Amino acid sequence: MRKLRLAMVGNGMAGVRTLEELLKIAPDMYDITVFGAEPHPNYNRILLSPVLAGEMSLQDIILNDHQWYIDNGIELLLNNKVTKIDRKGRKIFAEDGSEREYDRLLLATGSTPFILPVPGKDLPGVIAYRDVADTDAMIDAAAKHKHAVVIGAGLLGLEAANGLALRGMDVTVVHIADWIMERQLDKPAADMLQKSLEKKGLKFLLPKFTAELIAGESGRVGAVKFKDGDTIPADLVVMAAGIRPNTALAESAGIHCDRGISVNDTMQTYDPRIYAVGECANHRGIAYGLVAPLFEQAKVCANHLAMYGIGSYKGSVTSTKLKVTGIDVFSAGDFSGGEGTEDIVLNDPGAGVYKRVVLKDDKLIGAVMYGDTKDGAWYFQMLKDAQDISEIRDHLLFGNSHLGDTGHKGNSLASSMPDSAEVCGCNGVCKGTIVKAIQEHGLFTLDDVRKHTKASSSCGSCTGLVEQILASTIGGAYQPADSHSKAVCGCTDSSHGEVRKAIREHKLLSVQQAIDFLEWKTPNGCASCRPALNYYCISTWPHEATDDAQSRFINERAHANIQKDGTYSVVPRMWGGLTTPDELRAIANAAEKYKVPTVKVTGGQRIDLLGVKKEDLPLIWHDLGEAGMVSGHAYGKSIRTVKTCVGAEHCRFGTQLSMSLGVKLEKMLFGMYSPHKVKLAVSGCPRNCAEAGIKDVGIIGVDSGYEIHVAGNGGIKTDVAQFFTKCKTEAEVMEISGAFLQLYREEGYYLERTVHYIERVGLDHVKKRVLDDEENRKALYERLLFALQDYKDPWKEHAEKPELRRAFEALSV
Amino acid sequence: MDTTTEMQTTWKQLCALEEIPVLGSRVVKGTKHGDIAVFRTSDDDVFAIHDKCPHKGGPLSQGIVHGRSVSCPLHNWKIRLEDGNAEAPDVGCSRSFAAKVENGTVFLQL
Repeated sequence: MRKLRLAMVGNGMAGVRTLEELLKIAPDMYDITVFGAEPHPNYNRILLSPVLAGEMSLQDIILNDHQWYIDNGIELLLNNKVTKIDRKGRKIFAEDGSEREYDRLLLATGSTPFILPVPGKDLPGVIAYRDVADTDAMIDAAAKHKHAVVIGAGLLGLEAANGLALRGMDVTVVHIADWIMERQLDKPAADMLQKSLEKKGLKFLLPKFTAELIAGESGRVGAVKFKDGDTIPADLVVMAAGIRPNTALAESAGIHCDRGISVNDTMQTYDPRIYAVGECANHRGIAYGLVAPLFEQAKVCANHLAMYGIGSYKGSVTSTKLKVTGIDVFSAGDFSGGEGTEDIVLNDPGAGVYKRVVLKDDKLIGAVMYGDTKDGAWYFQMLKDAQDISEIRDHLLFGNSHLGDTGHKGNSLASSMPDSAEVCGCNGVCKGTIVKAIQEHGLFTLDDVRKHTKASSSCGSCTGLVEQILASTIGGAYQPADSHSKAVCGCTDSSHGEVRKAIREHKLLSVQQAIDFLEWKTPNGCASCRPALNYYCISTWPHEATDDAQSRFINERAHANIQKDGTYSVVPRMWGGLTTPDELRAIANAAEKYKVPTVKVTGGQRIDLLGVKKEDLPLIWHDLGEAGMVSGHAYGKSIRTVKTCVGAEHCRFGTQLSMSLGVKLEKMLFGMYSPHKVKLAVSGCPRNCAEAGIKDVGIIGVDSGYEIHVAGNGGIKTDVAQFFTKCKTEAEVMEISGAFLQLYREEGYYLERTVHYIERVGLDHVKKRVLDDEENRKALYERLLFALQDYKDPWKEHAEKPELRRAFEALSV
Repeated sequence: MDTTTEMQTTWKQLCALEEIPVLGSRVVKGTKHGDIAVFRTSDDDVFAIHDKCPHKGGPLSQGIVHGRSVSCPLHNWKIRLEDGNAEAPDVGCSRSFAAKVENGTVFLQL
C-alpha cells in the first residue's frame, strides 16, 4: 500500500515540532515533504536575540540539521515559497514551479512583522526583526552605523535594542504606550525595567507616535520624525510593533481565516485535510506568539495526523520572560486587575525587586515580577493548576521553598549563578553543564534536562532551580507541564489520575491488563510506570489484583535495601521502637553469624544490619524470624515506622500512653503499601520528643486527648505537619489516622508523599472526606482494614514458598 | 544444533527457562568472566550480559526488565539487553554473551 503523503508549508519551530511528535508515534505513516521559505533548516527563533547580542552563533541555535531530515526520510525544499494550494486536486505549488500532491497538508506559515504604514517604510535601513536575515542585517548595520531606532517596546523590540546596544550602537526605543511591555508588565515593573535598561545605555521616548521615516543623503534612512514634530537621527530603524499571522496562502485557497487561520481543538482548519499550527493559527480567537503553546498544539496536531483522534487543544496560559542578560522579568496570566480581583504587592525599589500577584476567588490568576523571578515557574504552575492558595496566602509573595533547603536559597537567581555552581547535589551537575546541554541538544522540558544531565533526576530537590535555569536559558519557550495532566512516563499519554480512574472503573487486575487496556506505547512499560501500575492495581483491588514482583523495585522484591556495592541492609521491625533482650540477642547472633560489617541504629528507632549478601537474606530472615521478628519494610513505598517517645508509661511529663498507642498503630498498619513511604510518630505530651511535627501522621498526646497532625515531611525539604483534628480516645486516633491514610492510598499518585498529595488536593478536601463525613470515614477505615487483613510477613512467606527463594539463589555453569 | 566449540567458546547448559521469571533474571556466579546476568523478556527471549552497570557497577540482574532493556537498580541507567549498550543520552557498555533457549532449556555461550 502506498504511504500517505504529508506536505508541510513552513519550516519553523511549530511545524517541525509537529513532525517530531508525529514521527514518534507513527514513524511510517507518511511520506513527508517540507517547504521552507528561508534557506536554513529549523532553528530556534527565540534565540535570535542572543545571536544578535553576540552571545551565541547561528550554528548554536539550529534545532534540526540537514542530517535530521535525511535520517527521517523527509524531503526538504528550502528557499522555496509555496504560492498556491489547489484544494480540489490536493496539490501545492511553489515559487520555483515544483508541485507536490498531498493527503494531508500542514500549514505552519508563522507570522510576519507588522510594518507601520508610514512614509519611508521601504527605505534601505528599515527592517523588521523576524529571521536570520534580519538579524544579519542588524549585525551588519551595527558595524557600519551609529544611530538605531527601535519602534515598539515589546519583548522583541527590547531584545533587539539590547542586542544593538551591545554591538555598540546608540539606541533609542520608541513606543506608543505609556510604559514599555505594556501587555506583559504593569507600570511599576515596567518603570524598573526601563531604568535598568537605561543604565545599559538605551534611550526611551514614550509615548511617542512615529509620523515619517526620512531618507538621509545616501538614500538610506537618516531620521525618524514624530507626530509632535520632533526628529531624531536614525541609520537603522527596526520595526518591532507586533506580528501578524501569515494567512495569505490559506486565504487565497478559500480557507477560513480571522486574524489567523481558524482551527478547531484538533488544529484542523475549515478544510478537514488541512491542519495549521503555530503563529499562523487562530485557536478560539487567539493567535499565540510564544513558543510554549505552539508545542502543545504540535502534540495535538501530530496525534490527529497519526489518526489516533484523542488529543484536543484547549488553549494555553502563557508566561513571558525577557532574554536580556542580567535582567529578570517574568509575567504570566492576567494582571490587569478588575472586579473581584485582589493584589498582593511587594515593592522594594532600593533592592530592585517588585512582585505582584493577582488573586481571584482564592486562585492565582496573574503574576508580574521584576528583579527576583526565581519563583516564576512556581507561580505559573499554580496558575495553570488553578490551585487554591488560601492556605499559603500569607507567605505567597516570599516564594516557594521547594527551590531547596539544600543550600540553594542563598544564590537564588539562576541567571546570576556562575557556571561552576553545583545545582544538583545528588548527581554533581553544575549550572554550566545544564546550560550547555539545553543549548546543544535543543532541550525544552524538565524531563529532557533530566535525561541528558541527570540533574534533578534523583531526589528532585533542585527541580525548581533546574526549571529556572531552563526558563532563563530558553526564555518564554519554557512551559512547565500542568501537574494534573502530566503523563505517567514516556510509555503513555495518560496521567496518573486517568490511570487510577481506569483501573478502578474497568476493574483492571494486573499491570499487563492496565498496559493493554490503556494502550501503552511500549509492550511492558518501563521502570517508572510498572511500579506505579502495580501499586494502583493492588491498592484498588486488594486480594483480587495480582501483585507482580517483576514490577516492583528490587528493594520490595528482596525485602531489603540495595546498597551501592550490591549488598543489602536488613531492618527487623521493632514495634513502636520497643525491643526486648531476646530480640537484641537474636540480632547480635545474626550479625555475627552472617558477618554483618555494620550495625547501625536508624532514625526510625530500630536496628539496621548493613552489608548482607543477597544469598544470605533468606537465611538471616529465618534466624530473626525464629526470634519472632518480622520485616521492618525499611525499603518500601509502605508503612515504615511509628516512632514513639516514652510517654505516660514512665515519663514524668507524659499525658498519654504514647508507646502502647504507637505499637497499636504500627500493628494496624503492618503491610500497608502506599504511594510513597509513610512514617508516623506518637508523642505523649506537647514537648513532642517523637518529632510528630514532621511525620505523615503525627499524634501528640495532650491532657484532654490527642492532636492529630498530617502531611509533615522531614526529608528532602522539611514540611511541618498541619493540624488535622483533636480527639479523645485511642480508638478515634486509630480510625481517623487509618481513614486518612486510606484516602491517601486511594487518591495519591505514585511517589507522591502525603505533603504533596495534600498540596494537590487541598487539606479541606481531606477534612471533608475524613472528618466531616462520618460514614465515609468509617468506610475508608474498613477498606483499609480489609486491605491489610491476612497480610503475611514477607520473610515467613519466603520460608514457606521455595519458588520465592529461587530469586536469591545463584546459578552456576 | 551445534553445541560444540566455536572460537574456543562452548554452549553451556544453564537451567530450565521457567527458572527465570518472565521480565526477570538470574545471576550466574563464578564464571571466568565474573558474574553474568541472564534475562528473560516477555516473549521468552533470553539475553546474557555482565552483571555490572557501566556507570557505577550496579548489579543489573536486580533491575526492572522492560521491552529489551533493563534499568539499573542503583541510578536507573537503561541498558540494552541485546548488546549491553547504555541507552542515550548515557554512554557505556556492559559486555554481552550469547544465550539461547532450546526445548525449554537455557544455554549460555562462554
